Amino acid sequence: MNKENARWFWIVVVVLMMVGCGAPEPEVSEQPEAPAEQAATPIDQSTVGSIGGKISFEGTKPKLARIMMDQDPVCVEKHSGPVYAEDGMVNDDGTLPNAFVYVKTGAEKYNFPTPTGSVELDQDGCLYKPHVLGIMAGQTLQILTKDPTSHNIHPMPKDNREWNLSQPPGGAAIEQKFSRPEIMIPVKCNQHPWMRAYIGVTRHPFFAVTGKDGTFTLKGLPPGEYTIEAWTATFGTQEQKVTVGPSEAKTADFSFKSS
Amino acid sequence: MALLMALVVTLITVISAALFWARIWWFPPDISTHGYAIDRQIVLTLAVTGIIFILAQLGLAYFVWRNRDRGDGRKANYSHGNDKLEATWTIAAGVLFIGLNLMGYRIWANMHFTGAEPGAAQIEVWGQQFAWYFRYPGPDGKFGPTHVEKINDAIGNFLGLDRDKDEASKDDIVTPTLAIPVNRPVQLTLRSKDVTHSFWVRELRMKQDLVPGMEIPIHFTATQPGRYEIACVELCGMGHYRMRAFLEVLSDEDYAAWLGRMAAAQ
Repeated sequence: MNKENARWFWIVVVVLMMVGCGAPEPEVSEQPEAPAEQAATPIDQSTVGSIGGKISFEGTKPKLARIMMDQDPVCVEKHSGPVYAEDGMVNDDGTLPNAFVYVKTGAEKYNFPTPTGSVELDQDGCLYKPHVLGIMAGQTLQILTKDPTSHNIHPMPKDNREWNLSQPPGGAAIEQKFSRPEIMIPVKCNQHPWMRAYIGVTRHPFFAVTGKDGTFTLKGLPPGEYTIEAWTATFGTQEQKVTVGPSEAKTADFSFKSS
Repeated sequence: MALLMALVVTLITVISAALFWARIWWFPPDISTHGYAIDRQIVLTLAVTGIIFILAQLGLAYFVWRNRDRGDGRKANYSHGNDKLEATWTIAAGVLFIGLNLMGYRIWANMHFTGAEPGAAQIEVWGQQFAWYFRYPGPDGKFGPTHVEKINDAIGNFLGLDRDKDEASKDDIVTPTLAIPVNRPVQLTLRSKDVTHSFWVRELRMKQDLVPGMEIPIHFTATQPGRYEIACVELCGMGHYRMRAFLEVLSDEDYAAWLGRMAAAQ
């Protein structure tokens, strides 16, 4: 093989290897980056109002399934008593926890800066804490683990990029963002099938998650007409139209029934 | 140099054989009524192949030493072999190989192509990425139907049961652990929710794939109470390495008590 032939030989070999092994393809973004942040709309803080309310439940409380974690003994060890599914849970006073309440329409004309602080999703006792959380598009979601076992965080969005990351015991926090608004993104753990969290992504800061008293407050709302929606994992969603006047505190209660 | 080479080959042969002979890394104990036949077959295969291995290796060592360079300038003489000898040992190896296979096949067929004894405890085994679930039919002895649209892992409905509507589902017991009674025949029906998995308990000498869309029965009787690992032995995705559960072989009383506790927890 003379020099010229040798050179062609190697060119052909390299090309074949690139084809065979898959030449590095230009990365196709499944999801365009969030548009460059627009300047925040000035809001007159002296006139902002709020919407508060209570999410209640009528009817017979559903029987919650007991979650048995025996496949992974370290999950069992972290609980002193039986663990029950959080979906469908009703507070003792008849209110609903884990309802995600947010402004569905009415806030489109405002732009809000992306918060610099992150929102935490913890894994403790092979359960997600909190079970339901809200975050703004582009804001950092920080995923932590306190469990001495591996987890596999797997959000299943419709409008955002799907990802699936493993986190070993004592692993570094995982930081991710969702660039588009989406109500709600279920999150599962591929290792522990019972683990579930729900993430509500909004383009504004007007959201809240109900706790043990079933109440919520959406603060800092500029005067205007809003549709607010209450989302629950088990009992469906409801919405209400609310008009907030300058510095007004409005009430919007919701009542769910067993579906 | 030839002597050294012959010694190394001999040493490797002796150490390898000794490891098997002394049973240093041997099988875990057999806890099934059928396992002795499998163990016997494996030991027979090991003995036959072991003897051939030792003879072949020692022969190699001997010829390396016998045909060493004696420093007299003789050139190596290449032989094209002996057709008769070649044919003989190829046929012998073939007969041995096919014979061992047929013997093993008979044992496998006896385990898989015979029905479970009447009265065997019926349990369903469900594989999913990446966990095992087990279903007991409850006092009515019937498994309720499963509904794909009802599957919701977050509320513990892993199999899609409709306990409100389906009478047979009301008393079904779904657990993450497989408990079975000792010394009683058990029939497992293997089902998969997603991809191919494989059920394996080393001590049971039982391995069988779970194939989506199929219901595959296996049966056995466990003879030793204890807790054993169930591992998935078919690469089923990223979390395959962690797909495991436990087999609890219990006395009749403990089994009844366990079933009662699990029924109460449904």
